[in-house]
Amino acid sequence: MQTHRAKRVEITIEAVMKRRLTEALEEAGVVGYTITPVLGGSGRSGKWSREGQVSRATGMVNVVCIIRPERLEPLLEAAFAILERHIGVVNVTDCEVLRAERF
Amino acid sequence: MDGILALAAENLISPVTLFFALGFAAALARSELSVPEAIAKGMSLYLLLAIGFKGGASLAEHGVDATLGLSLVAGLLLSFTMPLVAFGLLRVMTGLSVVDSAAVAAHYGSISIVTFVAASSVLTAAGIEAEGYMVAVAAIMEAPAILSALWLVARVGKDKDQQGGDMNSGLLREILLNGSIVLLIGSFAIGAATGQEGLAKIEAFIVAPFMGVLCLFLLDMGLVAGRGLREARGLLRPGLLAFGILMPLTGAAFGALAGLGLGLSTGGVALMMTLSASASYIAVPAAMRVALPEAKPAIYLTLALGITFPFNLTLGIPIYMAVAQALTGG
Repeated sequence: MQTHRAKRVEITIEAVMKRRLTEALEEAGVVGYTITPVLGGSGRSGKWSREGQVSRATGMVNVVCIIRPERLEPLLEAAFAILERHIGVVNVTDCEVLRAERF
Repeated sequence: MDGILALAAENLISPVTLFFALGFAAALARSELSVPEAIAKGMSLYLLLAIGFKGGASLAEHGVDATLGLSLVAGLLLSFTMPLVAFGLLRVMTGLSVVDSAAVAAHYGSISIVTFVAASSVLTAAGIEAEGYMVAVAAIMEAPAILSALWLVARVGKDKDQQGGDMNSGLLREILLNGSIVLLIGSFAIGAATGQEGLAKIEAFIVAPFMGVLCLFLLDMGLVAGRGLREARGLLRPGLLAFGILMPLTGAAFGALAGLGLGLSTGGVALMMTLSASASYIAVPAAMRVALPEAKPAIYLTLALGITFPFNLTLGIPIYMAVAQALTGG
């Protein structure tokens, strides 16, 4: 079956910044993304967990988007503007998609 | 003094305090006991709805008087000014940076609704009535401290080459329409509109199970506080620990002055002291993550939740009640 090259961008970001990030992604032309909760983890800023959080202050979420390769640069610029001062990780991997027109 | 000790002893062996202690000890002992996030959020929604509605119903029963407006103004002023006091103390007592000091100060200018709920429960158990509109005072004291903290960073931090707070209309909307504030004020308004008749209709839901839910919620708070304290113990120097105890007492003194000046009842003064003494760990931490991301959450969350909250829950509330009784003759 014919597949098409794409980029998979995964951004782990503080839950409080989720809306700001997705708005910036939409402004950068990203038409689709998936948000998943993060159970817990650890990084330079310490440990975090979803358990018992009455505040959104320490939770994290994962935002995954699959885009055409030419859309990568504007997406990263938009994401960096939001992430610059915040806790988070951005990673980019190559992937293949079946229906290129959807990305 | 004997009265304070007796009240403190009684408070220490109440189920609410003991469940908090259980969670706290379990977390320190690295137990796997945990409360799922969704249940913790559900319980906080329940408590806000219940306390808001009961406050509104009480207001409907006792009526509105001039002190309502004045109490709201006093709450607003306290929330704006307490961060300045906290910031000053932090700069003298600790070696925290301007940004960290401002973030901590914002927490101490705002309020802890769970401490308020706990104090209300202790007052009810002691048969002391308070003004129902204190719930509205609690709601109005949630947000102004955040603005004071950002002003402090802009004003003091500028001279020290610190990056300023990120305040914009989006954040202001998030702060003012914070879910807990909306639910508290909304429930208060519904309670005030429907009065005792409305309360009677949902009493089985918001009155009888209230203490049980509060116990479970405080078990979770104990777990979160203990976990935070365990992970951040290296950050808590003696100066910070002393601040975590001194600041609520200082805040309570300001609250007592305000309550007396307003002519509040004994319960009202005790609640005003409790509100001024408590530190936020719901609305403000999230706002600080957005506006002052350079501030270390481990410091402000651990201080507010791991030091000041347990202090207020165990010793603070009995002290504030006893002082309020002594000052008002109640």
